[in-house]
Amino acid sequence: MQKYVCDVCGYVYDPAEGDPDDGVEPGTAFEDIPNDWVCPVCGAAKQDFSPAT
Amino acid sequence: MAEVFKAAKVTKNVWWVGAIDWNMRNFHGYATDRGTTYNAYLVIADKVTLVDTVKAAFKDEMLARIRSVIGDCTKIDYIISNHSEMDHTGCLMDTIAAVKPEKVFASLMGVKGLSAHFHTDYPFSAVENGGELELGGARFSFLETRMLHWPDSMVAYLPAHKLLFSQDGFGMHLSSSERFADELNEAVLEQEAARYYANILLPYSALVGNLLAKIADLGIEIDILAPDHGPIWRREIETILNLYSKWAVQKPARKAVIVYDTMWHSTEKMALAIGEGLAEGGISVRMLSLGTARRSDVITEMLDAGALLVGSPTLNNQMFPTVADILCYMKGLKPKNLVGAAFGSYGWSGEGARQVADILQSMGVDLVGEPLAVQYVPDGRALAECRALGLEIASRLDKICS
Repeated sequence: MQKYVCDVCGYVYDPAEGDPDDGVEPGTAFEDIPNDWVCPVCGAAKQDFSPAT
Repeated sequence: MAEVFKAAKVTKNVWWVGAIDWNMRNFHGYATDRGTTYNAYLVIADKVTLVDTVKAAFKDEMLARIRSVIGDCTKIDYIISNHSEMDHTGCLMDTIAAVKPEKVFASLMGVKGLSAHFHTDYPFSAVENGGELELGGARFSFLETRMLHWPDSMVAYLPAHKLLFSQDGFGMHLSSSERFADELNEAVLEQEAARYYANILLPYSALVGNLLAKIADLGIEIDILAPDHGPIWRREIETILNLYSKWAVQKPARKAVIVYDTMWHSTEKMALAIGEGLAEGGISVRMLSLGTARRSDVITEMLDAGALLVGSPTLNNQMFPTVADILCYMKGLKPKNLVGAAFGSYGWSGEGARQVADILQSMGVDLVGEPLAVQYVPDGRALAECRALGLEIASRLDKICS
């Protein structure tokens, strides 16, 4: 699955790992994360993420 | 008129040209009891590079120190801005106007940040993460350190001197006429470095750990560590690196912080009884009344604590405002690995302790039992319960730490 990078702080969302501390289970595609989810490192909004190249 | 302010030599061709803010006491709410410095550095090769600038009010002091080395500030060819925050860039645009440098470098996010900060279309140049630049005979390499502690943060390295301009990393708010850490009292250095870490870097501890690992992986040797606040490290650099390694993992210690406020000393009586229980259980206790302790004192004490207990009276159906303040500050700084509890005295409704417990839970504090709420003045039985809570947390913490 496609990884996404936070444009603000560089955090990489890896679907394989998810973000369990914030209720996103491993295996969750970026598109399926709730829209009010924010970057766990810097707090940037989901819209501030770009597909990792 | 003769110049009052002179540069200090860091090493061959590298000079400290910053400013000393002896009287700074409140850094956006962080109590800086020992003042601070804003460090800027001049690197002299075939061309001249200025690394970072200072807070706006200290521009003349910086320019005077620069003149003491090169005579005329317009001899500066390049400026590197490692971090956009105004204590390092407040005089950047004025300096650019005075110096007319060939280029001003920042990280990619730094270019965006500076442009937005100063509402300018000045053509800042973005350096590549991990990239190198030959600036008039001085070779620099750059490493982005995003969120340490702003998105724009980066560090610059001079391989020829094994010198790392570490920006806010490894810095501290400490004003002194001495420029080097080895000239200062070790206990003061550790205290102020801890205070800086707790109030600025704590939420990004995982990134601090990653950065230390990356420095090791890349084999970056550091003979001189030159931060943008406080003294420069040129000896026993492992002292500060080891402290950062320790703080980055937030390993809990047998230490409890009790933070409370009180209206008629009832919540205070509870705090003291809990503290006695903790101490009996072998835990070192820090008792911080919000009547005297400041936000930045509280979080500094929490840096190596394993337990956090927060007490609040109930005022008009709310937790006490000072308690809301400290919890807001704490939550943003994301302390980890804490057991804890909420407590407080109340008159009739008693929401305060529960509200505190809810916030502690949202911070990930492992709460021991229900919030301990006592109506009016705690009697002997209530105080015995408080003491028992202290003992219980002591026993939990003891297991975690052994």
